[in-house]
Amino acid sequence: MQTIVKNELNGTGPVLIKHGFRYFFRSIRKQKILWLMILPAILYFIVFCYLPMGGIVLAFKNFNYQQGIFDSPWVGVRNFEFLFSSGTLWEVTKNTILYNIAFILVSLVMEVLVAIMLSELAGKWFKKITQSVMFLPYFVSYVLLAALVYNLFNFEYGVVNNILISWGQEPVDVYSNPGIWKYLLVFFHEWKGLGYGVVIYLAALTGINSEYYEAAKIDGANKWQEIGWITIPLLKPTMIIVTLFAVGSIMKGQFELFYQVIGTNSLLYSTTDIIDTYVFRMLTQTFEPGMGTAAGLYQSVLSFLMIVGVNYLVKRVEPDYSLF
Amino acid sequence: MKKTIDEKFFSVISYTFTFVIALICFLPFWLIVIGSFTSESEIIARGYSLWPSEFSVEAYKMVFQLPERIFKAYGVSIFITVLGGGISLFITAMSAFVLMRKDFEFRNKIALFFYFPTIFSGGMIPSYILVVKYLNLKDNILALILPGLLGAWNIFLMRNFMKSIPDSIMESAKLDGANDFVIFVKFYLPLSGAGLATIGLFTALGYWNNWYNAMMYINKADLYPLQYLLYQMLTSITGLRDAASKAGLVVADMPDETFKMAMAVITTGPIILLYPFVQKYFVKGLTVGSVKG
Repeated sequence: MQTIVKNELNGTGPVLIKHGFRYFFRSIRKQKILWLMILPAILYFIVFCYLPMGGIVLAFKNFNYQQGIFDSPWVGVRNFEFLFSSGTLWEVTKNTILYNIAFILVSLVMEVLVAIMLSELAGKWFKKITQSVMFLPYFVSYVLLAALVYNLFNFEYGVVNNILISWGQEPVDVYSNPGIWKYLLVFFHEWKGLGYGVVIYLAALTGINSEYYEAAKIDGANKWQEIGWITIPLLKPTMIIVTLFAVGSIMKGQFELFYQVIGTNSLLYSTTDIIDTYVFRMLTQTFEPGMGTAAGLYQSVLSFLMIVGVNYLVKRVEPDYSLF
Repeated sequence: MKKTIDEKFFSVISYTFTFVIALICFLPFWLIVIGSFTSESEIIARGYSLWPSEFSVEAYKMVFQLPERIFKAYGVSIFITVLGGGISLFITAMSAFVLMRKDFEFRNKIALFFYFPTIFSGGMIPSYILVVKYLNLKDNILALILPGLLGAWNIFLMRNFMKSIPDSIMESAKLDGANDFVIFVKFYLPLSGAGLATIGLFTALGYWNNWYNAMMYINKADLYPLQYLLYQMLTSITGLRDAASKAGLVVADMPDETFKMAMAVITTGPIILLYPFVQKYFVKGLTVGSVKG
């Protein structure tokens, strides 16, 4: 088995080589209808995904709107020089990666924990209702999420300050305190995503053969041993795959979350600015599309390397789960 | 079988923990609803609370005095959700059908062609310039539909789903002389109900909750979808007062705070009401999606 897989990967397996334009045209003639059926999607991807890739040349230009992409003057790598020397790029890269690491760790621990506990609940109604309630935040928009955060934390009327005052404490001005947002953003990210993640682990749990537990019980294992020696090891493949793919997108920021919750509150940028919000500001506030594209390209390239690297790892752990 | 002590202990912890988590998930919704029913004067005097001492429907009265704005935004959101969702679903299923065909020799090359943009993209700014400058879609409702219409993942999910339909159906249809499109419409679409339902729901949710496209591409207030209207009203008091004065309301006694909460309730309501009915499809879809075929 191993060698067959290896041969396929090396391309030394029994692969029929068919290529060239004549082969392509023959396929179009032979399967006209199938080609017509997939044509809309191909055109869509060309226009909305591949044409913008051509826009990457902007990263090497001083873009102005009148002259458009093609006629704006070339500036070589000057956009990149500015970016790398400004310091902000390192700051936002660091923030993007650290937030994503926190998201990955918190969601892994919380989702596995909640899934194991939910699967052990005996009360059917209780289980159904709690699971539904946990999934509910997944359905609301980030705009509403921002409204919730505002309701809780705004200085004058927020619920949290209300409670603090009624306890005789000083109110806190959360919206001008960058330090707190590290925790709040991680919290609300998990708040929104928990239900979704739990479903994936619950699905994996229902696949576990109940005979394992019966056998363990006969051997005198207690609950903790069952979880530690049966449940968690059997969840491991799912945990690894979910985590590896999250690691693959570690360079991609959660634009919707950060932009809605933080918005243009520059007081908080030191801890909440990520690559995506930085690029967005270069488009809409500082009007430096060339430099913004350069920052976007930097992100895309790092992201690409990350995903290819992770896919290589996945292929080694569990070839069935690799993407390509 | 009698429960042992550690089982009882574990069960107590499980109940408590899941209850607390569910409460944390639910509480913010409760606060918004309660906030919308509190009187403005109480909010100004005492802030938002878990339970108001003074109930009021003032904010809702105010919201329904600007019905035009809200109805229009509802109209836009329903339009893009239904039309965008429908077109997206049809093209996704049709492409999935082609990629599923073992006799279609370019299926892997095209799958890679669809997949590649998810791992490498031009980024936010080139896409923006494409839509605004080269496709001329600024202030066009198509700008709310086209970006994000198709996704590689959904096509692959649908393809995996169609793979589970027995080949014998294809063979017998072919013997009857049906062409590929007819086979797709007459046999594969009806048999893919569950897959279409899940992917359709995820797509519809994406359109319904989308505010990003409107922020990037829409300036005309008539074309604001619901979520973007909510965003405008939440972030700018001026936007809110603007809307109110246009509707001929007295701006000075505008209940700003409760108005925001009432808007949040009104724009999110439909999703929450639909939620119990669609939840099980999402769960099913996720389960299918997590087991890659």
